Amino acid sequence: MSTPMLLGARAILAAGVLACLAGPWLFDANSLTVLTEFFIVVTLALMWNLLAGYADIISVGQQGFVGVGAYAFFGFTALLHMSVWAAVPLAALTTLLIAVPVMAVIFRLRTAYLAVGTWVAADVLMLIAGKLPGFGGGSGTSLPIPVVKQFGARLGDRIDMFYALSLGLALIAFLATWALLRSRIGLGLTAMRDNEEAAGSSGVDLVRTRILCFLWTAPFLGLAGVMTALEKLRVAPTASFNITDWTIDIIFIVVIGGIGSLEGPILGAILFFLLRQWLADFGAWYLILLGVISIGVILFEPKGLWGACRRWGFPDILPAGHAPGPGAPERVAGPDAQEAPAARTVG
Amino acid sequence: MADRNETVSAGGPPAEAVILALAGVSRRFGGLRVIEELSLTVRPGEILGVLGPNGAGKSTLFNLIAGVLPPNEGSIHIMGRDVTAMTVWRRRRLGVGRTYQVPKPFAHMSVFENVLVAATHGGGLSIPAGRREAQRALALTGLAALAAKPAGTLSLLNLKRLELAKAVAGKPRLLLLDEIAGGLTDAECEDLLAILTAIHREGATIVWVEHVIHALKRIASRLAVLHFGAIICEGAPDAVLADERVREVYLGA
Repeated sequence: MSTPMLLGARAILAAGVLACLAGPWLFDANSLTVLTEFFIVVTLALMWNLLAGYADIISVGQQGFVGVGAYAFFGFTALLHMSVWAAVPLAALTTLLIAVPVMAVIFRLRTAYLAVGTWVAADVLMLIAGKLPGFGGGSGTSLPIPVVKQFGARLGDRIDMFYALSLGLALIAFLATWALLRSRIGLGLTAMRDNEEAAGSSGVDLVRTRILCFLWTAPFLGLAGVMTALEKLRVAPTASFNITDWTIDIIFIVVIGGIGSLEGPILGAILFFLLRQWLADFGAWYLILLGVISIGVILFEPKGLWGACRRWGFPDILPAGHAPGPGAPERVAGPDAQEAPAARTVG
Repeated sequence: MADRNETVSAGGPPAEAVILALAGVSRRFGGLRVIEELSLTVRPGEILGVLGPNGAGKSTLFNLIAGVLPPNEGSIHIMGRDVTAMTVWRRRRLGVGRTYQVPKPFAHMSVFENVLVAATHGGGLSIPAGRREAQRALALTGLAALAAKPAGTLSLLNLKRLELAKAVAGKPRLLLLDEIAGGLTDAECEDLLAILTAIHREGATIVWVEHVIHALKRIASRLAVLHFGAIICEGAPDAVLADERVREVYLGA
């Protein structure tokens, strides 16, 4: 548990955030586009991790809310001719509103059944999106040029703007989730992560906490969906509701990075993008390698890279916990406990 | 109002004099009847010891009182309220703390955070107030020095103390102890009894399921013996332990 290591890690993180904030002045257009996608993926990974890593809701349908966000944005701008700046928050709100009935249905299920339920719900949303009039049916449609131009008259300006928006989204998603985890609710969530039954016995309302988490993720997923529409400049059922891009890859990222931590999803996303850059030329081998890595991590290090770091005594770079702090009162009864290195083991 | 009906339906003494009342409670697992038509009343300030051979239904009884399992028949009242259909966490907030026979720590959280969860969620406190309450519970159970340790690294004795600290955080009025003395040495058991005595002095009513009879006998004000899901003998500790039937089914004498 070395403090220099922790300070070093925090320095790297701070430098990384600063570099991202200065991105438009530091990077070329290609890098900015890749980073834009990276921030979308980080946002999605943070949300999937919150659900699966803490609230024990394994979702294989989060692409459903990504798609809803993209389609809502298209609807408000291209069809209702609203300003893009009004459409962005409205898209988030729409996703939240759609999440309520979806939740009412899938929360009747638990564990693996719930996972299948989320998948079915996402597919239903995709099929509905393909039938909606004005959205281009099954093959989708492009964002009208006047809508796109609201983000900047020139291509370079738009790349900068999309970059700034997705960076802002990732930062807000991260900070808000961090604040949630540090709150009283987050304390209960972290307890649920470690032992659900004991959390319930300690007074944590398992049902309400799950509901809150599920609804918490919806607007962020919707906003990520808006960003996917801007990135591709179009919406289409198969692209906007893509299970591989918005869920399967995300599961890979969270699992290799470290489920049930804030560092894990970010670490996993960095690793995923590096692997993709290096191995893009290997075609199918790239996917096979991702699969092998996933299986390896699940077998040998189920808590991922960050889990391994924790086991080696590395403290959380971004702690969401609560230190005991000074001011402990005098003991009242019984001798104080000590952790003797005796042969007693936890059964 | 509904409250009055609930009180009446519990039967027996009036609500203020009863902290826990089980009336005709049965629980089956498939065809296996684990708890049968069990009725039990606990008054405030009591320390009720529950004895019984393995398989007598002690853990099931606890799970029914704590709310982990619903009964198939009968009703459970806590402090005059019908809690038969109430969730575990709502019962905890109402004032029912419980320990697990096999400790269930939040392994990746610190000892302090473990107790903070119980103080804030179970005790209904804000985080600042919960922090003070967690410190109190840790001091009471002698864990203050280990507050910053990850709970997963504790020894069995300290895990049992942690179970206790979590159960008493927020000062629940009814404390359910599930074989908390099991596996402890005599000296450790003495410490535990001192802690329990302090908790009881603070006003908690205790229901304690235990195999370690000598520990139970020391502080229990009443004993109940469970056999095949029914209470076969109940009363003052010495009288119960001297009872012919109890000696037969439990002590094997």
